[in-house]
Amino acid sequence: MATFQFNLVSPEKLLLSGPVDQVDVPGSEGDFGVLAGHAPFVATLRPGILTVHREGGSMRIVVSGGFAEVSDAGLTVLADIAVPVEDVSRESFAGFVQEAEEAAAKAPEGVQRDKLSLRAAQLKELQATLAT
Amino acid sequence: MASLKDMRVRIAATKATQKITKAMQMVAASKLRRAQAAAEAARPYAEHMDTVLRSIAASVAGLDSAPALLRGTGSDRVHLLLVCTAERGLCGPFNSAIVRLVRDYTNKLMAEGKEVKIFCVGKKGYEQLRRQYERNIIEHIELRSVRTIGFTNAEAIAHKITDLYEKGAFDVCTLFFSRFKSVIAQIPTGQQIIPPVFEANGNGGAAASYEYEPDEEEILAELLPRNLAVQIFRALLENNASFYGAQMSAMDNATRNAGEMIRKQTLTYNRTRQAMITKELIEIISGAEAL
Repeated sequence: MATFQFNLVSPEKLLLSGPVDQVDVPGSEGDFGVLAGHAPFVATLRPGILTVHREGGSMRIVVSGGFAEVSDAGLTVLADIAVPVEDVSRESFAGFVQEAEEAAAKAPEGVQRDKLSLRAAQLKELQATLAT
Repeated sequence: MASLKDMRVRIAATKATQKITKAMQMVAASKLRRAQAAAEAARPYAEHMDTVLRSIAASVAGLDSAPALLRGTGSDRVHLLLVCTAERGLCGPFNSAIVRLVRDYTNKLMAEGKEVKIFCVGKKGYEQLRRQYERNIIEHIELRSVRTIGFTNAEAIAHKITDLYEKGAFDVCTLFFSRFKSVIAQIPTGQQIIPPVFEANGNGGAAASYEYEPDEEEILAELLPRNLAVQIFRALLENNASFYGAQMSAMDNATRNAGEMIRKQTLTYNRTRQAMITKELIEIISGAEAL
């Protein structure tokens, strides 16, 4: 299977870099898979699970939002926070969800609030997925 | 003339100072290593962000619908200077070098009849700028209580800046910090962040055929504030590394100076001591001769 270059970076550090077979990315308007030779593409991410398929198995990583860019050079994901699924602690994630909910509740009526409550809902969904 | 006892006390005090500066140097050296690693780790994100932003900016350039953060307000009357300095002193000319750059820039802008507002991050820069530009400083943040600078700190600052921008408080924002070149060289730098300036590069035109999901404007609306935070984050990290570099060399100097001082003081002490012994001997001998 043809491979392509994949980089996963967060503001603090470069988390993953190397050739992969396929990456499934949680886009803000729906999940999408990236294979080698994908057309140039930019998308925003929603909180969700990013799956990396590469030689020797696959890897699931929780991302909390950010951007994905596909170009000739490969796929680059700019994540706000990215943690492998195994390393996510239930308690800290619950705190995270609660924070998002409180922020949504506090925000003034309008676009800002809609955005925040959408984020809280997405985080909750992710939490439910993680629990199973 | 100081008595022998005074001199002994003096030498002991200098030795104590030397011990402190030596310890500070070693602490700075170990912190520098960590700060430098953090600054380097943040680089890939900033670089990728820059490439993505650059290619999107190229495709919306010239459109009226381009967000204000990218396009600018169309005037450059009010300037905001975001000045990042350290929280602590004892680091040689580190803070003063940044402040000097800011002062020159401010005076230049004022001479051109522009309005200048200053946003200070870090205590030392605030203290120095306050003397001269008290009226211009609109805000200052201290990061003293922050142990390791995280992305959230930068985001908070970026948030304040975008708020100010949306209220129309300024037209152009320039970020001042010290770029970390090496342990002995830190370069105070000014960088315009709103509207962002992209250095022209050859392959800018080729990458314009992206597909977007959601559309360009929505992506830009999210990307630009984040880019701002990333730039500030990078500046804070570079500043941090520069600070420890500057502190390390300053403390190295101080240790060496203290060593030099101890050598001189010990010399005078010994001379005085010998002179006194000689004097006493002369007194005894001449007393004995007189008998």
